[in-house]
Amino acid sequence: MAAAPEAGTAPLIGAPAARTDAIAFPRLAGWRRPFRRVLSLGLFFVAWHVATKWDLDLYVRFQNIPAPAEVLEEAVALFGGAAFYVHILASLERIWLGFAIATVLGVGLGLLIGWFRFAEDTLFPPIELLRPIPAVAWVPLSIMLWPTELSSIVFITTLGAFFPIVLNTIHGVEGIDRQLVRAATSLGAGRAAIFREVVIPGALPSIVTGLSVGMGVSWICLISAEMISGQFGVGYFTWVAYGIVKYAQIVVGMLVIGVLGMLSSALIRLVGARCMPWLPRHMKDGA
Amino acid sequence: MRGDATGRIEITDLGIAFGRNGRTVEAVRRFTLMTTPGEFVALLGPSGCGKTTLLNAVAGFVQPTAGQLIVDGERVARPGADRGMVFQQHSLFPWKTVLGNVEFGLKMRGVGKSERTSRARDYLNLVGLSGFERAYPGELSGGMQQRVGIARALVNRPRVLLMDEPFGALDAQTRLTMQELLLGVWREVRTTVLFVTHDIDEALFLADRVAVMTARPGQIRDLVTMKLGRPRAAEVIATPEFMALKARVLAQVREEGARTLAGSRR
Repeated sequence: MAAAPEAGTAPLIGAPAARTDAIAFPRLAGWRRPFRRVLSLGLFFVAWHVATKWDLDLYVRFQNIPAPAEVLEEAVALFGGAAFYVHILASLERIWLGFAIATVLGVGLGLLIGWFRFAEDTLFPPIELLRPIPAVAWVPLSIMLWPTELSSIVFITTLGAFFPIVLNTIHGVEGIDRQLVRAATSLGAGRAAIFREVVIPGALPSIVTGLSVGMGVSWICLISAEMISGQFGVGYFTWVAYGIVKYAQIVVGMLVIGVLGMLSSALIRLVGARCMPWLPRHMKDGA
Repeated sequence: MRGDATGRIEITDLGIAFGRNGRTVEAVRRFTLMTTPGEFVALLGPSGCGKTTLLNAVAGFVQPTAGQLIVDGERVARPGADRGMVFQQHSLFPWKTVLGNVEFGLKMRGVGKSERTSRARDYLNLVGLSGFERAYPGELSGGMQQRVGIARALVNRPRVLLMDEPFGALDAQTRLTMQELLLGVWREVRTTVLFVTHDIDEALFLADRVAVMTARPGQIRDLVTMKLGRPRAAEVIATPEFMALKARVLAQVREEGARTLAGSRR
């Protein structure tokens, strides 16, 4: 018991010292942190290179793993040809469609469920029932349900994005300050005006969070679905590369998936910030 | 901005009760108060005495369980722009600019864009916020936010202005500035003001009449008429006349405060 408070105070003593250091050398801190980050990235690639060149076997085995240089070479070759772009475009089309449908359904239903008790009672129970099922578990059923490969994969992608979007929208609506609703009614707002002027903008920060999470989940679902069924797409490409022993292509596929996921999340954040010009300062105040 | 004074509030034998945990809590009992148009009335009392509930009833947020509530001959049934409300804090729309907030009531009435912008600017000017049209509420200080709140309520030209401890969250210095600003604005718009506060100085300084309320269920214990001249400046607080009234009200408020405390212990 006596050791616990000591363990608690140790970092407290350390923290102010670190802070005064940063104040004393502000310029040093200015370049030091980016430098450390680049160094960390460099070390990662060196470790990858060493592990693959020396065919390390440390329970995890690196014998079949391509080296960074091989991956780079393969990437240059793939981006030089046309076939790889077909896969990328197929994935982007599915993500775009699935995400757009999930956004319309998720935000629309979320606003209704969050605001109207009748909608909550009638629409929410099936959503709660289906929510725990991972979207990937829908793949076999989806293939039977939908006539084309595109529609079945888009369905999986939609499912993945839908739940975080609808739940965050509901959460956002329920979190709206009742005082703002009162203020609006005392300024002459009717039901429709309250929905338009208070409920929708009030839920927007939460909706954007939902879209951001939903985008991440829809990529997971898309790649899984493409790996299981399909003839195009980055997920399909990556899985096939394993089958035909083109190991460098696996890593290129993985990296492309990562970059596309990152870019689409950045896009959501950018659009979100544009739609909510009141937020940045506000959040700084809150922090 | 408004020549004729309107806003006759007639509250007769008003009772407001809530059901809470299966029990009925009486917030206001047999409350009677008449205001003359253009009058400034303060409701003063300890916290939990029902003064905010009463204000919410005049606003139309809360339905009374007994008695009558009439504003300019019309029974109050629901919230409306004819009774402007200024809340304690955090009631501006964070996603609207200062101008957007003040324009809101006009937009609800279908006033055209250029017309409502020019009217909103007039009221922003009145509360001393010209130049802040494009700012968001989150970028303003607490005092400035409350000034926007006042302009937003007044732009609708309400019959009565209801204020629920509007300066309660401000620091003492800002509060004093805001009180003087409010009196200046009120002289211009000449609307009836019903002002809820638990601050004795504030009530006595601002109002024509101060209704001292009892502990819950809230009734009027004393109705003090303030014969101080207008316009008033902050210095009036130090006059013997003011001090005498303050002593009288203070004794009553303390007694009711003690009663609230005793009631809550039970």
